[in-house]
Amino acid sequence: MQRDLLIREMQAILGPEGVISEREQLRSYECDGLMNYRVIPELVVLPETAEHVQSVVKLCYNEGIPFVARGSGTGLSGGALPVESGVLIVLSRLRRILEVDIPNQRVIVEPGVINIWVSQEVADEGYYYAPDPASQIVSSIGGNLAENSGGVHCLKYGFTTNHVMGAEIVLPDGSMVNVGGGMAPDAPGYELLGAFVGSEGTLGIATKITLRIVRKPEAVRTLLAAFKDTEEAGGAVSGIIGGGIVPAAIEMMDSLCIEAVETAVHPGFPQAGAILIVELDGPAAEVEDQFQHTIRVCEENDASEVRIAEDDEERALFWKGRKAAFAAMGRIANDYYVQDSVVPRTELGAVLKRISELGSEYGMRVANVFHAGDGNLHPLVLYDNDVPGEAEKAEALAGDIVFTCLEHGGSLTGEHGIGEDKKKYMPKMFTTEDLDTMQLLRCAFDPHQICNPGKIFPTPRLCGERPGPFRMHPVQKAGLAENF
Amino acid sequence: MATRTENVSLEDLQSIVGEEHAREAAPEDAIDGVAPSFVVEPGSTEDVSELMKLANDRNLAVAPRGGGTSMSLGNPPRELGLILSTSRMDAVVEHVPGDQVVRVQSGIRFADLQARLAESDQMLGVDPPEAGNGATVGGIVAANSSGPKRYRYGTIRDLIIGITVVLADGTVAKAGGKVVKNVAGYDLAKLFTGSLGTLGFIAECNFRLHPRPETARTVAVELPDTASAGAASQAILHAQVVPSAVELLWDGETRMIAVLIEGIPSGIEAQAETASHILGSFGEVSTLGDDEAGSSSPPGAGDDGVAVKISAPPAELAGVLDSTLGASSRLGVTPRITGHAGTGVTYVGLSGGDEGARAGVVEELREIWLRRGGSVVVREAPPAFKERVEAWGPIGTRLDLTRRVKEKFDPRGILNPGRFVGGI
Repeated sequence: MQRDLLIREMQAILGPEGVISEREQLRSYECDGLMNYRVIPELVVLPETAEHVQSVVKLCYNEGIPFVARGSGTGLSGGALPVESGVLIVLSRLRRILEVDIPNQRVIVEPGVINIWVSQEVADEGYYYAPDPASQIVSSIGGNLAENSGGVHCLKYGFTTNHVMGAEIVLPDGSMVNVGGGMAPDAPGYELLGAFVGSEGTLGIATKITLRIVRKPEAVRTLLAAFKDTEEAGGAVSGIIGGGIVPAAIEMMDSLCIEAVETAVHPGFPQAGAILIVELDGPAAEVEDQFQHTIRVCEENDASEVRIAEDDEERALFWKGRKAAFAAMGRIANDYYVQDSVVPRTELGAVLKRISELGSEYGMRVANVFHAGDGNLHPLVLYDNDVPGEAEKAEALAGDIVFTCLEHGGSLTGEHGIGEDKKKYMPKMFTTEDLDTMQLLRCAFDPHQICNPGKIFPTPRLCGERPGPFRMHPVQKAGLAENF
Repeated sequence: MATRTENVSLEDLQSIVGEEHAREAAPEDAIDGVAPSFVVEPGSTEDVSELMKLANDRNLAVAPRGGGTSMSLGNPPRELGLILSTSRMDAVVEHVPGDQVVRVQSGIRFADLQARLAESDQMLGVDPPEAGNGATVGGIVAANSSGPKRYRYGTIRDLIIGITVVLADGTVAKAGGKVVKNVAGYDLAKLFTGSLGTLGFIAECNFRLHPRPETARTVAVELPDTASAGAASQAILHAQVVPSAVELLWDGETRMIAVLIEGIPSGIEAQAETASHILGSFGEVSTLGDDEAGSSSPPGAGDDGVAVKISAPPAELAGVLDSTLGASSRLGVTPRITGHAGTGVTYVGLSGGDEGARAGVVEELREIWLRRGGSVVVREAPPAFKERVEAWGPIGTRLDLTRRVKEKFDPRGILNPGRFVGGI
């Protein structure tokens, strides 16, 4: 289809305001939160309703035009990176909270609704939405769903997938289906909702999402403990969890990270080799008991200091320091490259040691801030883009860190997703058979591979519509995929 | 019912698993009256792969079987040639207590796994009623079985973090991993959860574990009517109590809501007190010293009765009770009811009356609760009943997509044909 005609057809669906086609404007959408990859889309569309989304997708399907859905664009793996000659469907105008159902502990939202809005909406009723990615003040529920976002409190409360109860989805052929029970549990049939959440926008576009909300805990206690090094801090983590406590959060920062955060937001953290922030929540009596136990464990592991947040303000200060960690890196380095691998908790010590050795071998600094409770590392490889070759070196070091994590039984990504960024590593974690089997699901949802094509899988497979004469798929013609 | 076993001989199967692990089927191996030809017990994932290849090449219908405790779930098989029993694949492959994860072969009995994990003061946080009857972990995943504690820990789909499956064509594939937090690749472990053996054979599963609670207490209230059951359940759900289960018992003279509280001694004292106070305004409260609320079993079908599961929004508990009691009484059927009031799951056993009356009750309930966004599934019933009433009920807009998924994973339709939703 000719570009002018496509623009006219999209305008007929969305009105002139809903279509962006000027190159300079398109440029603002060339990347998401991961700026290493940039592609200018053919067109950006801004639907306002589920019906708009459906019509746009149908048009794309009929014309064989690839499309990519985008929420707030905060993703860190290039999942919302546009495809060339494709349409970028931006969902930020679908931002209504459609229904609040306190008796059933559910909220129904459109995909562009910002994560924090959900908690704000139900706060007066004593509820909140548990998944809290660090981006929660800007990231959208639709994006969270696509990435199966985590957050600091998912150790106890689970991930997005444990809190999404139903979704209305526009499939890549423009048909609309409802998956998951929504208000009621256990919808009969395949767990299509569980398969859809975390599929990184490759199986369709959610246009209506039913979320579970959780009662605010009666009590919250937070402490900050300083240690000589990450190994001692790691010992405390094992001690706390080994004691049968499931903390709401356990976060660790190493000395380099503390230094950056201190420079940037001045939370007054102690100077130490490592600090832990531990938060417990739940029924008051239980929390108090377990909090005292947690303090003892920190002391037994030679904590040089244990600070207890006396009120919400002090707690907020602890978290401010933690949540500013990525942004604060700018104070000690021009650029950084972040990874998101996961290791089994008992491997943390060995992996951190190896990361530090790798840093020395490469002659580069690596700052560590991570979800210690679930072994989700965020090593930040610091570099200077202005020094020729440093960016490549940083990426190579980050890659070696990822391989180290895999060798220790871990995963490529705990919450950021594979997207464009990590698909090259997928064969290190999965066999060809594993990846082909995953793509069977892809073929059931998106036989023509027009929905966020090229993400997650290093070697896209075509789904082979067997009947009819053989026609080579354009992607295959270009040598980018093999037939399935 | 047709079987296509003329294509496969017992010797073919024995050549893969050894003579002693493949046999002609016995009458008790039948599923809903449909008799298979053979029962095979593979010893490894590689065995399963070879067996599946053989079955796929020769067009032989396959039904995976664990402890055999949910074989009545679903519609009667359209055909059945081979039962693949997981009984020999029962190892704990890996358990590092410090990581709070476990990797097991699917044929391990759930009770054996829990006993093993208890040695490290850990548990897999599900308590399906079939656990006491020899249910296997793979069977629980395939049937998506759950129990009272799903209120706190979720269902098995929330706890499974990795899976190894064997597809119809013999392909061995895994997804997920052995870390709790992991978003690499599609979550096929969830897709296979509750798929009733229609997408592939589940060979291994990885789960996240929870610490075993130190102690438990149950607070129960006797209720005068259905409205107070709904109100009592709601009052607990919105209170500062963090129960592990909120259960309903509605059987003859027993009409109660029971709240299970787990944790450390100091914690449950305070919570039990709060729960007693809240429930006290609905009826007489009793406190039980153990986890009695966790031990109620859904009513079965009995000799010729029917067992169904109603899923509905949890706030509509009174409506579920009223509709069930109303339809049963009008049609002369006797209901026994239990349920997970906190999560909106109600189990109903129907006895008495004739088959037409029991079918009438199920159809009426299905009509009501489908309209309200829920579902009514026949869990157990004689084959004749299943011919009158389809086991799962309609699945709406999901049907086409469901069929496409099935077709991609099992293009020849050899896996449990006919038993699952939409007759797939």
